[in-house]
Amino acid sequence: MNDIYSRTGNAADPPSLSPDYRSTVLRAPTRPLVLIPQTLSEITGPIYGHADVLPGEADLTKQHAGEPQGERIIVQGRVLDEAGRAVPNTLVEIWQCNAAGRYIHETDQHPAPLDPNFTGAGRVVTDERGHYQFTTIKPGAYPWRNHPNAWRPAHIHLSLFGPSFLTRLVTQMYFPGDPLFPFDPIFNSVTDARARARMICRFDLETTRPEWALGYIFDIVLRGPAATPPDSD
Amino acid sequence: MPQRTPSQTVGPYLHLGLTQGAFGAPEVFGPVVADAGLPGTHIRIEGRVLDGEGVPLPDALIETWQADDKGRYAHPADGRPLASNSFRGFGRCPTDKEGIFRFATIKPGPVPGPRDSTQAPHINVSVLARGVLKRLPTRIYFAGDPANAADPILALVPADRRDTLIAKPDPAKPGLFRFDIRLQGKDETVFFDA
Repeated sequence: MNDIYSRTGNAADPPSLSPDYRSTVLRAPTRPLVLIPQTLSEITGPIYGHADVLPGEADLTKQHAGEPQGERIIVQGRVLDEAGRAVPNTLVEIWQCNAAGRYIHETDQHPAPLDPNFTGAGRVVTDERGHYQFTTIKPGAYPWRNHPNAWRPAHIHLSLFGPSFLTRLVTQMYFPGDPLFPFDPIFNSVTDARARARMICRFDLETTRPEWALGYIFDIVLRGPAATPPDSD
Repeated sequence: MPQRTPSQTVGPYLHLGLTQGAFGAPEVFGPVVADAGLPGTHIRIEGRVLDGEGVPLPDALIETWQADDKGRYAHPADGRPLASNSFRGFGRCPTDKEGIFRFATIKPGPVPGPRDSTQAPHINVSVLARGVLKRLPTRIYFAGDPANAADPILALVPADRRDTLIAKPDPAKPGLFRFDIRLQGKDETVFFDA
């Protein structure tokens, strides 16, 4: 049975075991993965689209009575597959900390202020061209306990479905020039520098709205089609 | 050609973005995969996610993808019409403080497999968690189903590890199947590379 989806791009992903990120040590499988064909169970997958999301969910700065603190930003881009085709009508879920580096979450005990006007979660669905856009606040860096004086670079979590169970992706978007990159074991769990660069958005003056918000572009590339095998005769 | 965006962990604050309703958004999916009126055998699946020392994970997320009682997926690559538009086949449940997840669904029917084979009833599973850098795919099969013996995917799994993919009925609770996920150690769950 020929593959429908490419396997070669999987090399961009981090290994499950990345010991500098300590939580992987007891959570990464130790036995080899079992190679299986791509059956109907793998090439189908959940479909959620425009009917499932309210229009306002893409603006994280307008979920409360007042304006959140911090640097307002617009993030936009396209969701593509490895063949360069748009991935239309696919759900993108996003979550992040506030401008001070604090999440609204019971397990986040970082002594930075919560913002009563910022929750830090939203959803958006790509359009027919695979385009998405959301408005938010630039997240802050925050400390964690992975190692002494450990700080996460500013990032936004993104979760995508794509057209099948095999295209599911959860990733993090980082910001250009972050001085914490060399010290972050999660960012560096991706061993290839070029692949790491694909997790960094880029500043874009065209996206930037005068007197309102800085603009960033972040294109997301999901697993795409396997190369068509040559005809045999 | 564009190259793949790498995977990263959901991190410890996954509930904020992935547990719907956390920010007031309408819930379109969750741990209830099948409405009460949906045709099929209604079941519950409960289990724990455990690390290499047997410690439960309070910050994992289990996602499920399954066919309906006739083995049909709610997806254009399947294409067969479904009995109910309310069935979308997807479930999501974060683990609680004891590492427990719970789904309410129907037992799926047999699904077409490669080369005219038939796959035994199964639920496709993704494990996501803090400390899990990329999605861990596995499957839930059902103890006692005679179709398991001819399942083309189970046949690829070393015989001594197949049992990690089999949900067991709870003798004390009719309709409840138990399925623990062990990320490491003795009886480490089989994860797939598709």
